Amino acid sequence: MSKNSKIPPLKLGPVSGWIDERLPVFSYVYEHLGQYRTPKNLSYFWNFGSLAGIALVIQIVTGIFLAMHYTPHADHAFDSVEHIMRDVNYGWLIRYLHAVGASMFFVVVYAHIARGLFFGSYKKPREIIWFLGIFIFLAMMATAFMGYVLPWGQMSFWGATVITNLFSAIPLIGDSIVTWLWGGYSVDNPTLNRFFALHYLLPFIIVGIVILHIIALHIPGSSNPTGVEIKTEKDTIPFHPYYTIKDLFGLGVFLVIFMYFVFFKPNALGHPDNYIPANPLVTPAHIVPEWYFLPFYAILRAVPDKLGGVIAMFGAIAILFLLPWLDKSKTHSGYYRPIFKWFYVLFILNVVLLGYLGAKPAEGIYVIASRISTLYYFAYFLAILPLINKYEKPLALPKSIDENYKAKHQ
Amino acid sequence: MSDQKKIDNNKRDFVALTASAVAGVGAASAVIPFVKSMNPAKDVQALASIEVNISGLEPGDEMKVKWRGKPVFIKRRTEAELQTARSVSLDELPDPETDSDRVKSGKEEFLVVLGVCTHLGCVPLGKGSGEYDAWFCPCHGSHYDVSGRIRKGPAPKNLLVPEYSFVNDDIIKIG
Amino acid sequence: MLTKFLKISLLLVLTSNNVFAAGDAEPLIKRIWQFEGVKGSIDKRSAQRGFQVYKEVCASCHSLKRVYFRNLAEIGFNEAEIKSLAATYQITDGPDESGDMYERAGRASDKFPMPYPNENAARAANGGAYPPDLSLIVKARPDGANYLYSLLNGYRNPPESLNLGDGMYYNIYYPGKQIAMPSPLSDGLVEYADNTNATIDQMSVDLVNFLQWTAEPEMEARNRMGIKVILFLIAFTILFYIAKKRIWSDVE
Repeated sequence: MSKNSKIPPLKLGPVSGWIDERLPVFSYVYEHLGQYRTPKNLSYFWNFGSLAGIALVIQIVTGIFLAMHYTPHADHAFDSVEHIMRDVNYGWLIRYLHAVGASMFFVVVYAHIARGLFFGSYKKPREIIWFLGIFIFLAMMATAFMGYVLPWGQMSFWGATVITNLFSAIPLIGDSIVTWLWGGYSVDNPTLNRFFALHYLLPFIIVGIVILHIIALHIPGSSNPTGVEIKTEKDTIPFHPYYTIKDLFGLGVFLVIFMYFVFFKPNALGHPDNYIPANPLVTPAHIVPEWYFLPFYAILRAVPDKLGGVIAMFGAIAILFLLPWLDKSKTHSGYYRPIFKWFYVLFILNVVLLGYLGAKPAEGIYVIASRISTLYYFAYFLAILPLINKYEKPLALPKSIDENYKAKHQ
Repeated sequence: MSDQKKIDNNKRDFVALTASAVAGVGAASAVIPFVKSMNPAKDVQALASIEVNISGLEPGDEMKVKWRGKPVFIKRRTEAELQTARSVSLDELPDPETDSDRVKSGKEEFLVVLGVCTHLGCVPLGKGSGEYDAWFCPCHGSHYDVSGRIRKGPAPKNLLVPEYSFVNDDIIKIG
Repeated sequence: MLTKFLKISLLLVLTSNNVFAAGDAEPLIKRIWQFEGVKGSIDKRSAQRGFQVYKEVCASCHSLKRVYFRNLAEIGFNEAEIKSLAATYQITDGPDESGDMYERAGRASDKFPMPYPNENAARAANGGAYPPDLSLIVKARPDGANYLYSLLNGYRNPPESLNLGDGMYYNIYYPGKQIAMPSPLSDGLVEYADNTNATIDQMSVDLVNFLQWTAEPEMEARNRMGIKVILFLIAFTILFYIAKKRIWSDVE
């Protein structure tokens, strides 16, 4: 809290004062949102955290209203979604907000992670913020996966079948685990029902982890594009009104893109096969997960061994936990690391390439390309980052955030 | 505070105020579709009115149909039943109402009432049950007469007459 | 910024039809449809004709089970027309008081009945192939409108080299090129109520307009609302940008 030692005291009226004495909601919001001392040089890359929070709220609200009309039974699920689309007042709007919203949530979170990777946000003393973030990401993926099963279309069913079957790769107990997950001998009604229960539950767990994520952040305070820590109060400005207004502007841009898809291209990010009711006897020609899973799907298929593929896929996320120790460069920000910068750009392009390959059939040149891409993905973390640290000469850092800000705003 | 800063502050307040107002309008408009989504959906609304064919009803017959999820009794009273219904003095009735107020003129023999006891909502037994030879609710012992009026028992009001009309001699539209 | 650029290019890559392209598929005939684009709307007269084609040609095998008779008001039928149309259909209802199912005349609140009682019956009557329900077909196929139009106009004589399976027909747009449905349309097959000339091309255009409506009945309302929402949001964003600049003007 040393960052906030010199904030002006909050003046409360009689009612708000009475409440605040017993449950300090007002002083808490004032201290941690209103007066939270934030570096004054943050770029728009720092908007994505608040956007992710808003995306989460949008998913929860639209999800609850959908749940008022949805039936989680294999015989009725698809029909209930069509009932929402056709008969429920504004049902089509709530459904498309939720479906497109899931994609937007991942867009924003991927940008947020990209920020973290470039600016060294995972470095000391922010390691636990980073870990909590990875847990949020994992919970998001589980939620999104189960959510996609709920409409019970062809992709819902077959995506669920393929991904749950992966667990059979676990030696000895794999098959029992899969039967346990399914609640039967194939993906069927018991699976759908429990996925609905868990899909409803997990977002609230995500909210809890997000709260911890923000609490952990407020200990050291936000990082900034220079990677130089806050030294004096001159480096900072209060969150309100500067970053509240900047976040609102960012929200506007986010909503314009979001609503363009909702109203004019609502099915562009989805798959037409999911408008065909699930049929256990007919497999679609190409089973493709939603776009946000494609890089991981490509990694999974790149390894010729079933268990190896599963390990590689989960490993691709697990490796993020090791980042604070793989990249020990004292310079936090990529702006001051000339060699790192280019490998980072390559890494991002590689992930995009992996995404592209994940949608392709596992044949010919796509297989070779996926393997090379997967190798680069792991090499970046395990070899490149540690090596860069050894050989890179970082550029001179600005003396302070204040100096950096003044230099940029002559 | 210098004049320039005062002007800037005022400008900023105006901008902040306008911006908040716009955001508020946006937020309020966003809430409306969610609230409306909880209203009856179009398939439920489509069944808000039903048409019932009563051509098979003879005097003395009674039929039960489902409307908006609840039972509706349609009874075609005999001459004798009509006489009984009309001759009841209003002082005897816990919920005074004449029989003619509960039926359509020109079609007085047809009684259309909601089959839901006005006490606590059970469905009364029909076909001449109870002490008034019409309906009797077994839950707490309310007796209704051939006009669907409460005569004895804990129910406070007569059986509700829903909105209905005769499309033609054979068909009534309820709701 | 770089990541924004990457984000946008990623979105562009994925929203192009590249992601789901099949191998050696014949490129589809692309027509311009009135329902495409930000101002898209349903050509109601064409949809009414398309409904006539569905009713007289397709309905014997293909169900339309997500559409209610009352929905037809959206493409221009009035209440009386809908009521009398519905009444021409026999709807299975029940059980009655003796426990039997019975048939009754359709009402506006009913759905279009299915030509077969279940999928097995449908397959048995069609050589093992299942004529899919058409309510969502335009959304259930990549570039559905153009695909449907192409398919209906895609029947050809099979090439010499090809061994056509039993009961199969050759269509250059169908995945695998062999389809169990014979060409359903022929010139003059339907006598349009509004006297439009019923060529295969005309009937397929009308049918696609009709089926686009059955798949996305909310489209016009969605487009209208979308324009209002996005204009509001653009104004909102500009306003907040100006506010941001003003508020930040005193940061040193």
